[in-house]
Amino acid sequence: MTATTPDTPKSPLKTGAGKRLTLDALKRDRSDDLTGQVFLGLLLLAVAIAGAMVLAVLITVAIDAADVLSTQFWDFLNNKSSSDPARAGVAQGIRGSILIAGIVSIVAFPVGIGAAVYLEEYASDTKLTRLIEVTVRNLAGVPSIVYGLLGLAVFVQGLRGITGGSSVISAGLTLALLVLPIIIITASEAIRAIPSTLREGAYGLGATQWEVIRTQVLPAAMPGILTGAVLSIARALGEAAPLLVVGAAAFYSTGFQGQLDQLQGAFTALPMNVATFAKLPADVWAGHAAAASVVVLVLVFAINLAAIIMRARLTKKLGR
Amino acid sequence: MPDALPSTVVNTTTPTNANAETPDTVFTVRDLNVYYGDFRAVVDVGLEVYEREITAFIGPSGCGKSTVLRCFNRMNDLIDIARVEGTLLYHDIDLYHEDVDPVAVRRRIGMVFQKPNPFPKSIYDNVAFGPKIAGIGGDLDELVETSLKGAGLWEEVKDRLDKSALGLSGGQQQRLCIARAIAVQPDVLLMDEPCSALDPIATGTIEELMREMKNQYTIVIVTHNMQQAARVSDRTAFFTAEADESTGQRRGKLVEYDDTGLIFSNPADKRTEAYVTGRFG
Repeated sequence: MTATTPDTPKSPLKTGAGKRLTLDALKRDRSDDLTGQVFLGLLLLAVAIAGAMVLAVLITVAIDAADVLSTQFWDFLNNKSSSDPARAGVAQGIRGSILIAGIVSIVAFPVGIGAAVYLEEYASDTKLTRLIEVTVRNLAGVPSIVYGLLGLAVFVQGLRGITGGSSVISAGLTLALLVLPIIIITASEAIRAIPSTLREGAYGLGATQWEVIRTQVLPAAMPGILTGAVLSIARALGEAAPLLVVGAAAFYSTGFQGQLDQLQGAFTALPMNVATFAKLPADVWAGHAAAASVVVLVLVFAINLAAIIMRARLTKKLGR
Repeated sequence: MPDALPSTVVNTTTPTNANAETPDTVFTVRDLNVYYGDFRAVVDVGLEVYEREITAFIGPSGCGKSTVLRCFNRMNDLIDIARVEGTLLYHDIDLYHEDVDPVAVRRRIGMVFQKPNPFPKSIYDNVAFGPKIAGIGGDLDELVETSLKGAGLWEEVKDRLDKSALGLSGGQQQRLCIARAIAVQPDVLLMDEPCSALDPIATGTIEELMREMKNQYTIVIVTHNMQQAARVSDRTAFFTAEADESTGQRRGKLVEYDDTGLIFSNPADKRTEAYVTGRFG
């Protein structure tokens, strides 16, 4: 660094009369910000590691699945389970997963969103309310296999008359319980994020509490609520452990099932297909597990994409 | 508890403004106390608000002026721990009578808030919201137009009524909130620092609007801006925050309430004089 004048080398900003400010005084000195640069490097490294891992998973799965998907793509999607690698498919798994997703949506969305609205808008701030909120948060962290055991006891055994035992209904209800805390938490947060000024505006015009919730709070919170709900469906679609416990079948062949049988009879789902294929001798079945994984991933990505589009549309409608 | 603070100077007998006879009373406040939990935020406020006048509440931060304003349309009901004691009559009806529904109160006593808070909907839907929930029949389009004209916003927005209200400027948003409030045809408009988030030009527009609206509505405005109170109001109530001797907590008190001209030219209380001359607050 060159000094502006011989007598003020260390304070170039202090320019007295007749002393000109030079560019050096305003130049960036990177050494001043060494910790900042190091920290930025660490952050980039973290992003790189995360990105690399996702890519690695996708690439290995895609490579493993390439053979099966390229030679027997439609058969793999359309065929039922089979002991013949050339004819085995995931049609039953796809159907089971879609039915389960439907049951989860029907049960967990209204219950979860309703609970969130009550907790955020109606419940007064008592010890009981706080206890419930903490419990819901803790439930979101309970391992999924525990929900599987609960489902086995309650839905498969306890309510066998309604669910038909190990069935899509039992699996759907179990997974609905699993994602319920997630939906409650995300919906609560979306509702809490609505500024109180919006509520006051509606109350100030003589709206009742229900009118405020219906016309202002829920529409404004809807993008966040829907995102949480759809992500929870994606989570439910990927769970294998609870399905194993509630008795998803590895193989089953019942020919054509009636409408009720489809809901109450033997079932399987895509994650179960993956687990089943992965346990078979690798020399012949190597590609099948990966191919089924690709189907799950595509389904989950499609759902997430739908969530993003819905969120964008709703947000645009709100004029933000 | 014994109150060592000086008592309030209230002149309610001889209004010296343009009106020859005493105008009708809209609000009568006697011994109003507001508590947040155990904390007594507002102490023994008493005043009258008269019909088709602009009454201004001024005073430093924390003096309870907004809290008192929010008693008038029972907005404090929305705060779990808030409790109101004393007498608050609206046209001789006790606003805090157990049979009074705050929703019905707010349909007659509208409010405009400190920060413009339009709903994230179209301009039209913002104005139509109140009439819709109130079940006001008739031509909604016409009502929206009259309300927007009443708030001096019609010319600026008539070609984009279906556009989001969030695309308006701050001053336009605040006038939209005024249009929204008058669309339910209220009796009283409460304004809680309506210009504090606006630039001087938008503020001037709103003040002009308030002077026009005075012909139709009773207006109570809370403001930090003394010049604003002096410019627009007929009567001014000066509040202050004073530490309670026993607890040391700062509580809001009404110091003086009189014609705006007197408050600013010849206040009866030293504290008012200090405030309006800029020596404190």
